Amino acid sequence: MTLLRKIAVPLGAILVFLLLWEWLVWAKGWPDYKMASPSDLWPAFWKYRWLFLENGWQTLWRTVAGLLLAVVAGTGIGMVMGFSRLAREALYPLLVGFNAIPKATVVPIMALIFVGRHDFNTIMIAFMISFFPIAVSVSIGLSTLEPEYRDILRALGASQLTVFRKIALPKTLPEFFGALKVSVTLAFIGTNLMEIVSPHGRGLGALFDSGKISADYPLMFAVLIALAFLGIVLYYIVVALEKVFAGWAERAPG
Amino acid sequence: MSAEIELRAVTHAYRTETGPLPVLRHLDVKMPPGSFTAFVGPSGCGKSTLTKLIAGLMRPDEGQVWLGGQMVRAPRATVGMAFQNPVLLEWRSILSNVLLPLEIVPNTLSRAARLDRARELLALVGLSEFEEKRPSELSGGMRQRASLCRALVHRPEVLILDEPFGALDAFTREDLWQTMARLRAEERFTAVLITHDLRESVFLADEIVVMSARPATIQYRMASRLPAARDLDILYTPEAVEMLATLRRQIQIAQGRDAA
Repeated sequence: MTLLRKIAVPLGAILVFLLLWEWLVWAKGWPDYKMASPSDLWPAFWKYRWLFLENGWQTLWRTVAGLLLAVVAGTGIGMVMGFSRLAREALYPLLVGFNAIPKATVVPIMALIFVGRHDFNTIMIAFMISFFPIAVSVSIGLSTLEPEYRDILRALGASQLTVFRKIALPKTLPEFFGALKVSVTLAFIGTNLMEIVSPHGRGLGALFDSGKISADYPLMFAVLIALAFLGIVLYYIVVALEKVFAGWAERAPG
Repeated sequence: MSAEIELRAVTHAYRTETGPLPVLRHLDVKMPPGSFTAFVGPSGCGKSTLTKLIAGLMRPDEGQVWLGGQMVRAPRATVGMAFQNPVLLEWRSILSNVLLPLEIVPNTLSRAARLDRARELLALVGLSEFEEKRPSELSGGMRQRASLCRALVHRPEVLILDEPFGALDAFTREDLWQTMARLRAEERFTAVLITHDLRESVFLADEIVVMSARPATIQYRMASRLPAARDLDILYTPEAVEMLATLRRQIQIAQGRDAA
């Protein structure tokens, strides 16, 4: 597939989507306080461009910080569960239970406990919502390592650490990146939950909230599009990292 | 260098939920340095357990394993292993896969010397043109060749082969037997081969050991009557045919005991 096609096809799909949206709003005759159309978005972006830049940056860095925490903690927990059956049996119900709690209910609790520490709260929610897939995938990747792989090195007198570094870690990378792609989108949800709910919030979530208060529908939709844009950018950064570190797992085309 | 392998009264059982499951019972075998011994026997008779005990990955419940006059208490760098699954690392090139043991085993080889050693082996098995390929780009037989190179790159005294040709088609398998014979002519090691294929054992081994059903003991031992230099035609000589017939009878006896 040529580079041109790689870019043109998804861009074309986005264009078709926007046209359909525009057509739907036009055909239904919805006013922009009911449903904004794509042609309303650009003026909204332009009008609030500095707010978008500032708040977009706020949302982005907090999401990335939460995601990095999730990678560190998720990999750590996944390693413990992957290597120790005891830890796996002990931690799985706890993790699943924790993951089942809607994070929207955790937001007010966090906001109350760490009142005023908006950055910290936001990062923590982004982290809490996104570490689970990483922990599960790393633990499964490690616990399903075929024993022969371990034996090949252990028969030479290699330590557990060497087996992990030379085999278990690289072998788990494809699963890890698969989970990271899920976590990226989850982390944005976490960040925005806190930004929207928390009073005096910042970031795109807060911008959305202010749009809601002033019934500025084009602004609200513009925020959603900006979030989608950031999500796509971060997602493709992960895809690029995956190509570098786990490109070997990709099947040759055809 | 090749080392003598000696099993002294080795008895081993697995602990299962329904109590201990005895797999090996009072096994006594001595394999002289440089020899090639094949172990054949019914499925699940504990042949793979034997390889783990020799490699030091497990310790026997009773009895001892000795390699080159030293008792085996833990894994040692003087052992090379190859399994039915070639377990090549997909993220490394073939050359880099073969180099792996040299990253683990203490050695004083320079980077250039390591590369020379790996390339020498790859040339011996006919993989020179494929050293930069990924394992996924190679056929099953080629992957198994690479796995043999990896097992030998650190010049082990003992080579343990746990059904390395078991998953290959018949033609590829015969190719690999010849490759193995070539490796044996060029390298110094004492080989232990676990196999289900009687022709394979006759073609490759100096001595063939038939194991009984679980818990396995040595049921029958046969010294090869074939000359050291062999090609595939040798399998159709009267000596080989007779060896095969005897071995097949012994396997039937081993299986019969299992059914009783």
